[in-house]
Amino acid sequence: MKIAVLIKQVPDTEEGRHLTSDGRADRDASDRVIDEITERALEAALKQKDADKSVEITVVTMGPAAANEALRKALSMGADKAVHVQDDALAGSDALATARALAQALSGLQADLIVAGNESTDGRGGVVPAMIAELLNLPFLGPLGTLEVSGGIVRGSRADASGTTALRASTPAVISVAEAMGEARFPKFKGILAAKRKPVAVQGAAELGLGAADHAAGNLVLASAARPARTAGVKIIDEGQAAQELAAYLAAEKLI
Amino acid sequence: MLDLELDEQYQDLVNLVRDFAQQVVAPQSAANDANKSFPYDIVKQMGELGLFGLPISEEYGGSGGDYFHLALALEELGKVDQSVAITLEAGVSLGAMPLYRFGSQEQKLTWLPELAAGEKLAGFGLTEPGAGSDASAALTRARLDAGEWVIDGGKEFITNSGTDITSLVTVTAVTGLDEATGGKQISAIILPSGTPGFTVAPAYDKVGWRASDTHALHFDGARVPQENLLGEQGRGYSYFLEILDEGRIAIAALATGAAQGCLDEAVAYAKTRTTFGTPIGKNQGISFMLARMATRVHLARLAYYAAAAKMLAGKDFKVEAAHAKLVGSEAAMDNARDATQIFGGYGFMNETLVARHYRDSKILEIGEGTTQVQQLLIARSLGL
Repeated sequence: MKIAVLIKQVPDTEEGRHLTSDGRADRDASDRVIDEITERALEAALKQKDADKSVEITVVTMGPAAANEALRKALSMGADKAVHVQDDALAGSDALATARALAQALSGLQADLIVAGNESTDGRGGVVPAMIAELLNLPFLGPLGTLEVSGGIVRGSRADASGTTALRASTPAVISVAEAMGEARFPKFKGILAAKRKPVAVQGAAELGLGAADHAAGNLVLASAARPARTAGVKIIDEGQAAQELAAYLAAEKLI
Repeated sequence: MLDLELDEQYQDLVNLVRDFAQQVVAPQSAANDANKSFPYDIVKQMGELGLFGLPISEEYGGSGGDYFHLALALEELGKVDQSVAITLEAGVSLGAMPLYRFGSQEQKLTWLPELAAGEKLAGFGLTEPGAGSDASAALTRARLDAGEWVIDGGKEFITNSGTDITSLVTVTAVTGLDEATGGKQISAIILPSGTPGFTVAPAYDKVGWRASDTHALHFDGARVPQENLLGEQGRGYSYFLEILDEGRIAIAALATGAAQGCLDEAVAYAKTRTTFGTPIGKNQGISFMLARMATRVHLARLAYYAAAAKMLAGKDFKVEAAHAKLVGSEAAMDNARDATQIFGGYGFMNETLVARHYRDSKILEIGEGTTQVQQLLIARSLGL
């Protein structure tokens, strides 16, 4: 079985989020890290490989040259090879243009399963995995908290506010994973050494057959602004009525 | 030359150990310290990551890295938990390295794979009640009897010597008189745990490094096969001095981590703790302390990088290692003192990391060659 895992490098959110003057995520203002949800996506694939050594995992990312750090970490964790979609023409791509480029890169891999995180910590759109499935004309399951693949069928469960839904599709398929999929493993030192010997294919827009129309933005950002500072919360002084007021507040916020 | 940037392979290891230290080690450090509990699960995980085998070749179950990899890992662990860091430091540089450097092929194949995997630990039995800085004053004796070494005596302050997974202690013992000098002939002998006549005293009640395992050892006619001699008879003392030379780079790295950990904690605190309406870090009384702490860390790191560079280049690094151990341990102690001062009353509470560093750092100026022994080595290099 061949599994492709989408990896994304993001600014470290532990240091807060910053915007550039033109409203994009400021990638130089924080340390660069591999997005944790995509590590969990890789972990889901690695568990398949733990059970069946013949599973081959290719990690795929789109990003600037520095994104190879994220690929290197994924390779040190146990992925077999990497594809790095890298082209200045693709900088600033929106979700649809990103999905088109990644779908092109993925179409050459003949993967039985494409695994992505359900939502990155920077853009937080959560739409790219489903867009890729649509562009490749594949079924999409997600966000999944469990994963099972056997006999050409992928199964998983999706939990939401109303309950848990069991889903299945035939492969090839695209899935996205939720945090519930479980924490990713640490790389081992031997994995770090081995990663240097694993192949990383760098592909530009032209090699992927992408034209200007493919990476034109599908939406237009009119303005963006940093999140306003937090305002003071609601204080309830208990004079015998605090429980009712608290319950009323939570109900109004649809929290209970 | 003049390039102090870590290359990818070193940087990736730093990232790995940093994540492991913060996500796995740090959350349980305070409890292990308070309860004096040895972190078996952390040792197991460090073994799986390959940290216990860093400077050991794959032929003997190691990871195929080098001594600088070990030092970098110790710096990251030393930031958050010196007990865990010294367990790794002593496990590799004092436990496994004597076998790796001086053992026979058979001894290496017998003992190293489990040590390099972190499944077992080994101790380094040099210090005695009356022989610390003057290690040559050792009284422990070993005599040959019917093809076996019979060991009598005792050791003091031996790290990793009494855990459930300790497989052996390499001990120095007087095995006769040196023919050339007429002085003591000291040899190193592999003493497996559980050998009859080898008893491990109860763990000490230590000021710091409380989650690390340290014991006194007693030998009362403990018998091991003659083949358990490590290397050549009579070379034990010089072997151990060599091991201590490289061990100083490892300790210096650990100390650099401790000093950095104190700085990180103090900077974060100084940005959030306010007095008289402003963060205390805005006061030069505090910010200048932090600036000096940062300088100490920087110098300590440069010193151990420089010593490691000479070691990896195959050059004599004895003096550089002494410099690194001296400035590193002092940076840790000085930064621990300043960080607790910046934390005020909270810095005197055992629950804070800086308080733990304050208790843990003192031993860095004592163990593996006191500050004064480093000064002695450096002074000798000046022809004094």
